[in-house]
This record gives sequence, structure tokens and C-alpha cells, in this order.
Amino acid sequence: MTMTSPAPASAAPAATERHARRSARRRRWMRKHPPLILGAVLLVLVAGLSLAAPWIATHDPQALDPLARLAPPSAAHPFGTDALGRDLFSRVMWGGRASLVVGLTVAVLATSAGVLLGLAAGFVRRADGLVMRLMDGLMAIPDILLAIALMAVTRASLTTVIVAITVPQVPRVVRLVRSLALSLREQQYVEAARALGTRLPVILWRHVLPNMVTPLVVQATFIAATAMLTEALLSFLGVGLPPQIPSWGTMMADGRNFVAVAFHAVLFPGLFLAATVLSVNLVGDGLRDALDPRLSRQL
Amino acid sequence: MIPPMIAPTSPQAEPQPNPRRTATPSAPPLLEVSDLTKHFLVGGKAGRGRAGGVKAVDGVSFALDRGETLSLVGESGCGKTTTGKSVLRLIEPTAGSVRLEGEELLGLAPSRMRSHRRDMQIIFQDPYASLNPRLSAAEIVAEPMRNFADPAWRGPGALRDRLAWLFAKVGLRPEAMAKLPGEFSGGQRQRLGIARALALKPKLIVCDEPVSALDVSVQAQVVNLLMDLQAEFGLSYLFVAHDLAVVRHISHRVAVMYLGRIVEIAECERLFTDPQHPYTRMLLSAAPIPAPGARTTRVLPIGDPPSALNPPAGCRFHPRCPMARPICRETAPPLIPHGSATGGAHRVACHLVS
Repeated sequence: MTMTSPAPASAAPAATERHARRSARRRRWMRKHPPLILGAVLLVLVAGLSLAAPWIATHDPQALDPLARLAPPSAAHPFGTDALGRDLFSRVMWGGRASLVVGLTVAVLATSAGVLLGLAAGFVRRADGLVMRLMDGLMAIPDILLAIALMAVTRASLTTVIVAITVPQVPRVVRLVRSLALSLREQQYVEAARALGTRLPVILWRHVLPNMVTPLVVQATFIAATAMLTEALLSFLGVGLPPQIPSWGTMMADGRNFVAVAFHAVLFPGLFLAATVLSVNLVGDGLRDALDPRLSRQL
Repeated sequence: MIPPMIAPTSPQAEPQPNPRRTATPSAPPLLEVSDLTKHFLVGGKAGRGRAGGVKAVDGVSFALDRGETLSLVGESGCGKTTTGKSVLRLIEPTAGSVRLEGEELLGLAPSRMRSHRRDMQIIFQDPYASLNPRLSAAEIVAEPMRNFADPAWRGPGALRDRLAWLFAKVGLRPEAMAKLPGEFSGGQRQRLGIARALALKPKLIVCDEPVSALDVSVQAQVVNLLMDLQAEFGLSYLFVAHDLAVVRHISHRVAVMYLGRIVEIAECERLFTDPQHPYTRMLLSAAPIPAPGARTTRVLPIGDPPSALNPPAGCRFHPRCPMARPICRETAPPLIPHGSATGGAHRVACHLVS
């Protein structure tokens, strides 16, 4: 036992040194990617506020107060009230939920659908023409117009809004995945897998998908930002979320008529929407730079 | 269990005249390739109307016996790699026939073809590109064994044992299993590629320039490893290479290719000591001799190889051949036996060689 006694003594400094080195590397990495950190902090803040809405909201977001219509910001109503006397602070906090849910869901759905269709187009020769012509057709229609058209034929609800925003985003992912698949299928390790008798689904899962995760994550963040803006726009135009779901777009649409007398009714939801979209875009930009080894070497 | 103390009968020590073609004439050769042709279309659909496209491989025939190494040599772009990959149908040949143990492979449905992949494997030229950078060494070598069930590696314990055995066979330490390809040197990666090709106990391995991306010192190790494995498991190699020293060391027979065709095929030593085709002579004289002050009468080819898009009529070598006659411009010479002593094993495609 005496032989082992020096070991822990030397192991402890080694561990702290390793820890110090690792945290130093992490600090350096953070300093190298300020937009990513800024965006992530901002996004976490907004997400935290909307998740905590039931506890930090001072009023019921739907409660009418006819006596305090279009009230300016005050101690009782930090963001003032809207034309129906609803507390804007509470509504803005709750409204973040709609934006975040739509952004996240659309990003996941559009990316998943795009990956499936894009892989089919890239690896199955017979599917290629059909899928890509379909996507060309979808891309020929302006995104907003397509979303409005889809909303026009369905009943307004959270689900239909998400579908209407997802559909125009899918072709972009399909194109990205197809082009990645076409370059990856020529990789020698994919050829090697074929020579080893690996079946196509396994090749896709083991060799192709893991090597396209980085560009897909970046693309997904941009889709999330676009989806939040589109949701606000649809709600602003009155074809988005139903009135009982508070949304920043609806709030701005409601406040639009009273900008001259109560600009706060447009200002606060607008600020939060801008900050959220900015944060998601910063994260996407930052991820692209941080995950691309070529870019980081140049810096 | 004391391992036999005899060194494996690897021929690397003594330069021997390769007397090891043992298969009886009655048994079909392991691999029989006839009239293999691969035309690549150029210019997409527009080029489809025009005749042919690039004739990368144009009517190549050869046979390969069990335990034998046949080398394909030639300049860059002569179609040797395309030939190797067409045999495995990694490149789909345009026409011809590839028979493995008598069974035709071309035209087989994907599922039937897949079952034959057990018997035929490939080692790639670039040990960096042919390994998925995100998989560990153990996962890479285990991949073929997950594709095909076999009692030798059924169950996690047996699989682990076989992995350890394979790593030892190719000279990698067991600790290497958890590493990623990026943590290996080029020679170690190529050993990994060899272990992967060996995992399914194949009969044929296509070696696509397996050492040309490696340092000279590492080349020798890998070539010797390949020869040891051949001696131990009776593997057949289709060895695609352009390094003549390596080819002479490892081959039993050598086929020289020029612009998609075999111009000469012979037993290894015979080809190196008694080349017949003018192109073979040029190729051999272009190789450096490792002796200071040595002078050779170098016969260098005139000009560049012609474009495979529009190969010359007649003998494809005639524009660069110093001995070309009018007939060479007119008709393509067939690959016919040369000399009576070889029993037809030495074949040359040249009008001037009888």
C-alpha cells in the first residue's frame, strides 16, 4: 500500500490541470465565436420568459379592462394595454410561446421531410426526377402566398399554421440534402460500404446522414427564424393563429390602427419578435462558422 | 497450442520464378473476365447520341486462379482501376462477362450480387478517403461482419474475438480498436483497410493501388503483409498498380494495359526479362534502376497518350510506336500467344511480334 500513496497526490494536480486546460479551451472557443454566444444567451432568455409566462404574467392575457384601454406603460401595466384594455406585458410573455413552438416544430418537420425526400432523390435514380420537379413546382410559388393559400383552405389552428409554414420550407431542405447526398455517395467510404455488402438503408444511416448533420443543423436554425417571421406575418394578415392564442403578429395587427396614440402596442411585440429572430439567426450563423473547420482555421 | 515455428512461406526473401500456378486445367479459374467493356458517357444526355463516349475499358479478358496474383499495370488513365472496380460491379460494366467460380456476376439482381460480395473484397488506393472518419476502427472492421451472418462471428463475444484476431493479423495493437481513422498514420489506415477486406474470409481481393499513397518504407511493410496473408489464406489478388518494382515483387502474372486494352500478358519474370510489345519495353525502360551510374538504352514513347475519347484506329499504340507499319494503322492486333515454350501463357497484341 505504501507504494501507491504517491499516486493520488500526483493524480489530483493532474486532474485540476486537465480541468483548467479544458475550461481554458472552452473560454477561447467562446471568445472566438461571440455571435453564437450572444444569440444563445438571447434565445435562452426569450425562451425562459415565455416558459415562465404563467408565473411572471401580471394579468390574464385575455382579460378585458374597458376602463384602461390603450393605457401607456405604467407600474400596473409595464408595457401598457391594447385597444381592449388587455395587459400587453402578459400578452407579450405568452405570445413568445406561439413563436417558439412554431419555430421549433416547423424546423423539425421541414428538416425531417426534406431529409427523407432529399435522400430518395439523391440515391434512388427513379425518384430523383419526380421529387425534384415537385419541389421546383413548390418553389415557383412565393412562400407567403403558398402559406396564405394553404391557410385559406383550412380552419385556423396551431396545427394548420405549422403545416402551412412548413410546406414552403421543405424544397430548400430537399435541395440541400440532395446535393450533399450526391457528393457523399461518391465518397470512397460509401463505395467501400457497397463493396462490403452493406444494404442501402444502413449505408444512409451509418455513412451518409452523420456526415450531413452540420449543414442540416445550420439550415434548420434559419428555417426556425423564417417560420417565426412567417407566423407573425400570417397572424398580422389575419390568416394565422386564431384570436384565442396570443401571438406577437396578432398583437401588432391589433395595435396597428392606434400607432399614432399608442405606439407601445406595436413596439413591444415587435421588439420581442425582432430579438427572437435575431437570436436564432445569430445562433445559426455562429454554428455555421463554429462547425466549419475551414472557416475556423482562417480566423 | 504452440504455433508452428516455421516462418510463413512468403516469397519476399528470395526472388523466385513463381512456379505456383497450381490449379488443374479442368477446374474453372476463380475469376474469369471476358470482353469486359466500360464506356463512360460524356456530356450528359447530349452525348448519348454520339458513338461510345470514353472507352475506359474496351474488351479486356483474363483469368485468375486461386492463390494467384495478377497485376494490371499501365499509365494513368489506361483503365486499370476501372477494370478492377468493374469486376466488383462497383462500376457497372457496359458489356462483357465476369464469372466468379463459374457463376456469371453481370446482370445479377442486387440481392444475389450482394451474397457474392462475401467472396470478393477490395482494398482502396487512398486509405484516408476509404474509411468513414466518424466510425471507430473496431466499427469499421466489424461492418462487413454485421452485413453477413456467420457462426465464426455470431454473438458479441465471438465478434470481439474475431476483431482482435484480425487486428493482430494485420499488425495493429488491440488498443487501436477504439481510435478514429484520423488518429492513425497512412500505413496503419491501410492495415485497417486490409483487416476490413479480410474480415469475411474472401477468396478474391482487388487491390486498387494499395501502396501508391504510402511512404516507400511503409509500402514494403504493406506489400509483405499482403503476401503473407496470401500464403496463409490462399487469397487471389487482382493487383492494380503502376509501381513496377512492387508489381515484380508481388505478382505471379502481369497484364500490361494501354488505352483500355491488354497489350501483353505473361508470367511475371518472363514479362520483365523478355518483354515483347513495344509499349511494354518502353514502360519497363522508363522505370528507374536502383544502381548509381547505371545506364539503360531508354526507349521513350513519343508524345502523350491519345485521348480515350477518340482512340486511334488500328493498333492504339501506333501513333507513339517507333516501329509502326502501315498495317498498324489499319487493323487492331489480336492478343495472341507468343512463343511455344510458355504454353500460351505469354500473349502479345502486336503485328510485329510473331
